Amino acid sequence: MLARSEQTDPSAAAIATPPRKSWLGHVRYVLVSNPVTLFAFSLLLLILTAALIGPYIVPYDPLATLPGQQLKPPSWQHWFGTDQLGRDIFSRVVVAARLDLMLSVAAVALSFVIGSALGSVAGYYGGWVETVVGRVCDTIMAFPLFVLAMGIVAALGNTIENIIYATAIINLPFYARMARAEVSIRRNAGFVQAARLTGNGDWRILALQVFPNALPPMMVQVSLNLGWAILNAAGLSFIGLGVRPPTPEWGIMVAEGANYIISGEWWVALFPGLALMLAVFTFNLLGDGLRDIVDPQRRT
Amino acid sequence: MTAARLLSIAKRLGQTLPVLAGILVITFLLTRALPGDPAAYFAGPAADEKSIAEIRKSLGLDRSLPAQFLIYIGQLAKGDLGQSISTGQPVVTELFTRLPASLELTLAALTLSLLIAVPLGVLAATRPDTWVDHLCRFVVTAGVSLPTFFTGLALLYVFYYLLGWAPAPLGRLDIIVLPPTRITGFYTIDALLAGDFATFRAALAQLTLPATTLALFTLAPIARMTRGSMLQVLASDFVRTARAAGLPGRTVLFTYAFRNALLPVVTTLGMVFSFTLGANVLVEKVFAWPGIGSYAIEALTVSDYAAVQGFVLAMAILFVALNLLIDIAYTLIDPRIASEA
Repeated sequence: MLARSEQTDPSAAAIATPPRKSWLGHVRYVLVSNPVTLFAFSLLLLILTAALIGPYIVPYDPLATLPGQQLKPPSWQHWFGTDQLGRDIFSRVVVAARLDLMLSVAAVALSFVIGSALGSVAGYYGGWVETVVGRVCDTIMAFPLFVLAMGIVAALGNTIENIIYATAIINLPFYARMARAEVSIRRNAGFVQAARLTGNGDWRILALQVFPNALPPMMVQVSLNLGWAILNAAGLSFIGLGVRPPTPEWGIMVAEGANYIISGEWWVALFPGLALMLAVFTFNLLGDGLRDIVDPQRRT
Repeated sequence: MTAARLLSIAKRLGQTLPVLAGILVITFLLTRALPGDPAAYFAGPAADEKSIAEIRKSLGLDRSLPAQFLIYIGQLAKGDLGQSISTGQPVVTELFTRLPASLELTLAALTLSLLIAVPLGVLAATRPDTWVDHLCRFVVTAGVSLPTFFTGLALLYVFYYLLGWAPAPLGRLDIIVLPPTRITGFYTIDALLAGDFATFRAALAQLTLPATTLALFTLAPIARMTRGSMLQVLASDFVRTARAAGLPGRTVLFTYAFRNALLPVVTTLGMVFSFTLGANVLVEKVFAWPGIGSYAIEALTVSDYAAVQGFVLAMAILFVALNLLIDIAYTLIDPRIASEA
């Protein structure tokens, strides 16, 4: 034990400081050279603020119906106008950020954890595990994904948790496939063989040597996926699955506003829709920015 | 057609069998995963104990899971997807009458977006870091961020409410226009076949906004793929050789680069189909389009599970069929396959 800690400690200390500095420098370089990514980071901060303290700073109660204030266009009193029940749309849009973020983060986290675990094991051991995981992924991908999510929610029951599970299941193949590919190209790499020779077990090698190397591309996928998960959850609630009124959620608010678009009350659907778009746009831009940091060659 | 091509098409057909089997297993599991007693769900809310027991027996719910699966397959083979509770019609009939509406919308949208996205991608790839490229990048990122249902509503507001150019979003045809005699089920094509231009124009007017909405959504991935694969091919050795040999730019671009760049685009179209079929459901809801997507939404709101599961199965089979068609087309246009096999 002692010998090992002596071995690792100095090298860890020697490596830890310089790369971190250069990594931060690289991040700064990417942020400065690509103002779009910087812009995306500020948008992310804005959305996170709304999700964290939104309910405490909004001017109105998002559920309160104001008498005589139905379907009023945007004004100084109601920045985004009011809806058909006289609720303040600005307050509802801000408060909804938390639920929408929570839905997508929970779904993506679930599929990231399960998908990368399955994919890593499949990529590391190969054989029948790989075949089974591959087949399961192929079968999920054989469905149009949004349609499969609809079917899952219909079968499991129409609740918010099931929206999360459905979104997690349809995202699973992306992580499993990526982890499998990233792990299997490294399973016999020099550093893995060295770790094996020094007596590390398979699981230890997989968790400490191989998987960390597969992480950067997976993080890019997470960011791109978050945006897609928000769209997916909002789409499901747009067609009446999961979130129920009067809960403020962007998809359901657009659905409620949809009835007023053709009579000209544009603000009811526009602002929640814009918020949704902005959130997805932010995560997509961030994903592209992260890809520039992680892998400058794959810029598209 | 050479034997090599036939062989690779046969191989591709064989590959769809395990996929179809997987789809059947999942849709079967979805029908059995219903919370509570599936028999009670399929019997409907008005059913009494006796009819529930009857349904349980007819669905084979009193037997083991594998036996139930065999019964399910047997029913599918007879084309029996169960009865829709809300309309009382067999689900298969409902799906078949509504399928052409969805197909017409989806295919129109895909054609439209291919016509715009492929040239845009090629232009962006041939002029990297110019305004065309930046425009392409912006359109691509904005396009994937747009919720389809939101784009649809925005288009409706501008073109129906403000400008009055588009007809009301109330389905495939105005109520005053009679649908053409059914030949293909596509209103635009049927009207043309019947030589009825007024109906054709009316159907086209109804189709334009939903198809544009869906096309805007699929534009982004196609443009992105085209640009990426064009860039890769343009940087390859054989293009450099062709240029060095003094071939005219047009020949290099279209005969050499474009044909080869198209192949990866064609294969990744599968993912685009997946998104399109999903987005189709949302667009159908926004425009009250009477396709299988809005049928599924209506069924969902009244907990009509047989209809929803039938819809999921139909969409999955449609998706597999589209992918198969694309792959066969790919086999036919790829000049390398003949020599490889």
